[in-house]
Amino acid sequence: MMGIKNSWKLYRHYISIVVRETMTYKVSFFLSAVGQFLVSFNVFLGIFFLFQRFSHVKGFTYEEVLLCFSIMLLEFSLAEMWARGFDAFGGIVRQGEFDRILVRPRSTVLQVLGSRFELSRMGRMLQSVVIFGYGIAKSDVDWNFGRGLTVALMLIGGTALFTGLFMVYAALCFFTLDGLEFMNVFTDGAREYGKYPVNVYGKRMLQFCTFIVPYALVQYYPLLYLLGRVKNPAYAALPLLACLFLVPCYALWRFGVKKYQSAGS
Amino acid sequence: MRLVCRKYVSFFRLRFSMGLQYRVAALAGVVTQFFWGFMEIMVFRAFYETDAQAFPVSFASTASYIWLQQAFLAFFMVWFMENEILDAIVNGNVAYELCRPVDIYGMWFARSVANRASRAVLRCFPILVVAAFLPAPFGIMKPRDPVSFLWFIWTLAMGFLVTVAFCMVVYMLAFFTVSAQGLRILCVSAVEFLSGLVIPLPFFPEKILRVMQALPFAYMQNVPLLVYSGDLTGRQLWRTAALQLLWLVALILLGRALWLLAKRRIVVQGG
Repeated sequence: MMGIKNSWKLYRHYISIVVRETMTYKVSFFLSAVGQFLVSFNVFLGIFFLFQRFSHVKGFTYEEVLLCFSIMLLEFSLAEMWARGFDAFGGIVRQGEFDRILVRPRSTVLQVLGSRFELSRMGRMLQSVVIFGYGIAKSDVDWNFGRGLTVALMLIGGTALFTGLFMVYAALCFFTLDGLEFMNVFTDGAREYGKYPVNVYGKRMLQFCTFIVPYALVQYYPLLYLLGRVKNPAYAALPLLACLFLVPCYALWRFGVKKYQSAGS
Repeated sequence: MRLVCRKYVSFFRLRFSMGLQYRVAALAGVVTQFFWGFMEIMVFRAFYETDAQAFPVSFASTASYIWLQQAFLAFFMVWFMENEILDAIVNGNVAYELCRPVDIYGMWFARSVANRASRAVLRCFPILVVAAFLPAPFGIMKPRDPVSFLWFIWTLAMGFLVTVAFCMVVYMLAFFTVSAQGLRILCVSAVEFLSGLVIPLPFFPEKILRVMQALPFAYMQNVPLLVYSGDLTGRQLWRTAALQLLWLVALILLGRALWLLAKRRIVVQGG
C-alpha cells in the first residue's frame, strides 16, 4: 500500500515537471492543441456530410454515430495524453535513455509513463466532449445511473485498451529499435475508424475486434446497452473485460525489458 | 535553356534516387495504406447496403476512387510537405540555398516533385496489383478504354503538379510567418478536407460541391480519380482539364510572386 502511494506521489511529481516544461512554450502548446483539434474535426466533418446524404447506417442514426465517435475519441486522447511516453519510446531506446531508466530503483512502466504527458491532447478532448454533449442531447438515450456508469466504464476500458496498444508498440521497439509504422493501424486506425460502431465493418471485423484486439468490448457492445438495444447489463460490464488486454501487453513489455541489450551509447 | 533544364533534372535525379532507398518504410506504408483503403471501402459498403439510392456514383466507382487515392497518396498528400524546406526558412539555413546559382523556386519545385514521385513509385504498384485482383465491386475496375486512360494519366500528372505548386505557395508564405508549424497544420487539414481525402468529393451536397469546385483543391486528386472511373467525360472533362491547367499556372505565378516579395525582405542573421 505504501508503495502505491509513494509511486503515485512520484508520478505526480513527474507530471508536474513535464507540464511546467510544456507551458514554457505556450505558443507551441496552443498550436499543437489547435492542430489536434483540426485533425479530428475533419473526421467529424466527414461524418456530418455523409449523413447529409444518408439518414442512417446499419441501424445507427447520425446522433448515435456521434456518440460512438466522441466516446472513442475521448478514450483515445486520454490514453494518448498519459501514455505518450510509450508512443515516443523508440527515441528513448535509441538514445540510450533506457539504460538510465533501468538503473533507477523504480518500475520501468512508471518512469516511461512519467517521461511524457501530452497536454495538447486537450484540443481533441474538448472536441469530443462537445460532440458527446450534442449526441446526448439529440439522441434519445434514457439516462439513468446504469447508463451513466456504462459511459464511465467505456472510458476506463477504452483508455486501458489504447494504453495496452501503446505498450505493445513500445515493447516492439526493444526488438526493432524503431517504432513499427504498421502498429498505427491499431492505434490511429482505431481512432479513425472507431467513429462507426464496429458491426458496420462486417461480421469478420466484429469477431476480430471482440476476441483479438477487443475494441468492440469498449465500443459496440456497451453502446448497444447505452442506446437501449439490449437489456442485459452484462453488456455494460464488458469494458472491464477489455482491461484484461493489459495483461498480455504487460507480459510482452516485461519480456522486452528482459531481452533488452543496451545500444551502448 | 538546355542548361537550366539539366540543372533541375539532376536535382530531380538526386532526390529521386535518395527517396528510393527507403524501401522498408515504403513496405510499412503500403500495409498501412492497404488497411486504410480496406476500412474506407467497408464504411461505404455499409452505407451502400443501407441506402443504395443515395449513392452519387456507382459502388465500383467509389471503390476505384478509394484504391487509386491510396495508391497515389504520396502525390497528393499535402501532409508530406518538405519539413526540411520549412525548417530552413525558419532557422535561417535558407541562406545556403540562396548562395547557389539556381533559382530557388525551380530547385524546390524539382525537389518536391522528386520526393513525392519516388515515394509513389515504391508504394503504388503493390496496392494497384492487389486491388486489381479483388472481387468485382470491391477492387479497382479495369481502365475503360485507351483514350480515357490517357486522360487519366494526364490529369493525374497535372493534379500532382497542382499539389506541388500549392505546397510551394505555403513554403513561400512561411517566409512571412515566424512559426511555420501553425501555417502547416491549417493548410494540411483544410486541403485534406477540400480535396476529397476525408470523403470523396461527389459525396458532398450539391451546393457545397459547387463552392469546392471553385477552389484549386478540387483539381488535385479528385479529377483524375473521377476520370478513371468514367464519371467525368466529354465536354465536362475538357472544361475541368482546362481549369486544372489554369489553376496550375495561377498557383505557380502566385508562388513565384511571393518568392520575389520574400526575396526582397529576407533577412538572415549571421551565425
